[in-house]
Formats: sequence, C-alpha cells, structure tokens
Amino acid sequence: MNLSTVNKTASARVTSSVFIGRGLRHSLRNAEALIMAIALPIMLMLMFTYIFGGAIDPSGNYVNYVVPGIILLCAGFGSSSTAADVADDMTNGIIERFQSMPIKSIHVITGHVVASLARNLLATGIVFGVAFLVGFRSDANFLEWLGAIGIISLFILAFTWLFAAIGLFASSPAAAGSYGFVLLFLPYISSAFVPTETMPTWIQGVAENQPMTPVIEAIRGLLNGQLDSNYVWWALGWCLVILAVSYLWCKWMFQRKTGRR
Amino acid sequence: MTSFAIEISDLQKSFGEQIVLDGINLNIQTGSVFALLGPNGAGKTTLINILSTLVKPDKGIARIAGNNVETDVEAVKQSISLTGQSAAVDEVLTADENLRMMGRLSGLSVAASRKRATELLNYFDLTNAAHKRVKTFSGGMRRRLDLALSLVVSRSILFLDEPTTGLDTRSRQALWDIILKLAASGVTIFLTTQYLEEADQLADDIAVIADGRVVAQGTAEELKAQISGEMIELRDENDRIIQSFPTDGTVQDLRRILDEHVENVTNCTHVSIRRPSMDDVFLELTKKKQEVSSK
Repeated sequence: MNLSTVNKTASARVTSSVFIGRGLRHSLRNAEALIMAIALPIMLMLMFTYIFGGAIDPSGNYVNYVVPGIILLCAGFGSSSTAADVADDMTNGIIERFQSMPIKSIHVITGHVVASLARNLLATGIVFGVAFLVGFRSDANFLEWLGAIGIISLFILAFTWLFAAIGLFASSPAAAGSYGFVLLFLPYISSAFVPTETMPTWIQGVAENQPMTPVIEAIRGLLNGQLDSNYVWWALGWCLVILAVSYLWCKWMFQRKTGRR
Repeated sequence: MTSFAIEISDLQKSFGEQIVLDGINLNIQTGSVFALLGPNGAGKTTLINILSTLVKPDKGIARIAGNNVETDVEAVKQSISLTGQSAAVDEVLTADENLRMMGRLSGLSVAASRKRATELLNYFDLTNAAHKRVKTFSGGMRRRLDLALSLVVSRSILFLDEPTTGLDTRSRQALWDIILKLAASGVTIFLTTQYLEEADQLADDIAVIADGRVVAQGTAEELKAQISGEMIELRDENDRIIQSFPTDGTVQDLRRILDEHVENVTNCTHVSIRRPSMDDVFLELTKKKQEVSSK
C-alpha cells in the first residue's frame, strides 16, 4: 500500500458538493422520516377535506382553501428533521474528524440544508399531486405557479436553517427532533385551516401577525387568482428575516460548538 | 529539520476550575510509535485534542512537524490524521462510500478516491462488507474502517485515541498488526491507551500520565526497571499464591527468603519468581502520584 505523504486540500466547491451528496443520501436512507414527512400531510389533507371540510365549508370548495396550509405544514414539519440530522453529526464524533481536516467543516450543515430543500420540494410535489386527486383546482398561470413555488422554497430554506441552528443548540438528537412539534402546531393558529376572522379577537392578533398567515395567504392568492400583493411582501419579509437570523445563529452556534476551546 | 515529529513543552490546560494538563513536556521521535498510558480522566484525550488543533492550550507550546498548533493550524492539519475515541464513521453510508467521501474531502479526484477506497478495503479486510451500511458493522469492523478513513491520504503523523477500547481479543490483535505495519512504513504514531499490554506491545517509547502530569517515561523495559526488581512467590499445591516477597534475584537472597519463611507458611509446596509486569509499574507509578497529591 502506498503510504507516501500527500498534501492536498479539497476546494470549497468540492467540499460543499460532497456534503450535499452526503445529505441527500442521508435523506433517502432515512425512510421513516421521509415517509412521515409525506404521509402526515396527505393524511391531514384527506382528513380536512373529507371529515371536517363539509362542516367548515358546506359548498365543497374547502379543498381549494386548505391546500396552501397543508403544503406549509408539510414543508415546515419536513424541515424540522434537519435539527436531528445536525445534532446527530455534532454528537457522534464525526464532526471531530472533519474538524481535524484542512476543510471548512460548516459545509456539513450546508449539505443537510440543501438536502432538506430537495426532500421537501419533492414532498410538496407529492402533496400537490394528491391535492389534485381529491379535487384541488387552480387557474394560476405559469408565473403565478413559479411565484408560489418560489415562496414555498424560501419558506423551506428559512425554516431549515432555523432547525439546523436548533440542532446545534440541542443537547441530543432526540431533543433536537422534539422541537419539530412547533411547526405542526403553528399553522393551526393562522389562516391555514380557517379564516382568522372566525377566531376570538385576542387570537386573531396572534394569527394575523405570525409568519404563517402572510406566507399562506400569498400562496393561496397566487393559486386562486385573488392575490393581495401586501401578503407577498410580508411573506418575503418574514422568510428573509427568519433566514438571515437563523443563518447567523447557525454560524455562531457552529463556531461555539466546534471552535477551539 | 528537527528529528522530533512532536515537541511539547510545558503544556497546560484547565476547563474551568479543573486542571486537566499540568505542565506536559514530551518530545517524540519522527517515525516512532509513542504510547501515552494513563487511567480514565488523566488528560490523554485533551492532549490529543490540543495536538490535533481541536482545543487551545492555556499555556505552553506544542509543535507538530515544526509547526505551532496554535498559530500554524492549517499546516498542522496538513500533516496529521486523527482517529478519535468514538469511531468517527458515517453510519448511514456504506464502508465504500465513507472512504470515497473522505478521499474527495482530502483533495483526491473521483477516480483516485475510488481506487484508494478499494485498496484500503482490501488492506483492512473489509472488501466483503464494502457495500453494507456501517450501521450493521461490529465494533472491530467499525474500528478498522475508522482507521482506514484516517489513512485515505497519508499524513506523516497519526493520532490514535484509545484505538482498541471495547474490542475483543481477536479484533485487538488484528488492529495491533495493522498499527505495527504502519509504523514499519515510517509513519509517526501517537496513541493513547489504558492497556499496559498494548503500550508494551506497540510502543518504542511510553509516557505514563496521571492527573495531567507525566509521571514516568521510557521504554517498556526502562519503566519496569524503575520499580524494585523481582518478586518471589510462595504457592500452594494448587498454584495459588500464599505470600510474596521482593528479592534481588541472587541465589543467597532466594535461599534466605526460603529459609526464613517456608517453615512458617503452611501448605507451601511451590515457588516461582516473577519479573514486574507493566501492571505493577502502572499501579506503582499512579499510586505514588496519588500519595503526593493527597499530601
């Protein structure tokens, strides 16, 4: 075996593409998380369409109302598994190996983030497919679809970075995983399933001023042709702020966790 | 060019109130196998972490191949490879994927990474498990893969933090053979261990550390010579030791001990003479240290 000393360093481009490949493999091989991220929103959609839908909107149009909410619930919940992926890497010793190599090891996180974006866009596509099967219809044109998918992607990216930071912050992978429940819960206090006007006044204040509502209204507007551009600006604003804050938090936490003590 | 691969002078490190390293001085010859021997909590992992740039020292200087671990971090990383205490392998990937990933991260091309992975799988006897996920591996296989990952590109200095902890005898022997083969190829190896036998088998030079200080250093033979010589053991017919006495090993001394004691010890039918084992050395040295620190 050749044991001569070689001094080579991987470029940043190679390093990040290797870690993205790794993240994608992890996503594909974590069958439970993948199935959960797809099955849960589908079940919710069937439940809201066929069980609650008739009571909420007897005209039978409820499916067109609820799809954006389900999509966001799906994307948010799917992003949250990034926390466990990151926490796993930080606690099982592999990060020390990467740290002792002449590479920028924060690309480990980037790899998980890109994999989460790919995974959740795939899940979003599947949820849209099922939505069409149960009667969802949209007369949005190509640009409106592009806008809706753009906002969904930005939302996934923002929440993935947030959960990556939570993964760095959490003490164990199990603890990191448990934070995902917030994303299962937050859409209920928004316009995802029922209009906020139907809620008690004090909750309306919360529901209308949390990030889910403008993001959902922007997507809904783009898909049903009744767009209020204010929601789009609010949605973009919220997502960009969450993205920026989470990214900085993530960098800071990574530095703290792996920095030289 | 210095002949020392690793130079450590007055290295100190505390975590909060707790002093972990209390002034370590060591010089390690290029191309040698060096063993740092000590009980749990002696500071072995902290020292390795400082030498591999993961942790900053509070005081003192450490140089790897002439480069300061505090100021020349990138140069140090270019000359070392670390195999940490917990097997740092990606459980979700296969052995082959782990090796190829490490090849790419070390700056090898896709083709070179693949070739290197095949070589290493063969060398570490993992070819049959190459395409199985690491999750399914036994402890010994995991350790072998871990070491293989450290050798994807050859660095001149290899750190092994307790490489055989938790392995069965056969796996340990297999890993020892590999370490000796690597040493023969000219790599400097710095390993930590709790096992005296391991240090005895592998290392050219051993330092015993307890409570953050080097309490003894030398070859296995020199360390054994540091504590009083041989022991004479009086045994019963079932070969159980009844009593033992220190001796200088001369005929006169043996005769004296037998004359003085055999009469008084009932059931004594057999006698044996034993050289001190590494265990005796270890217990002796760490005991001394504890006596000093409790005063």
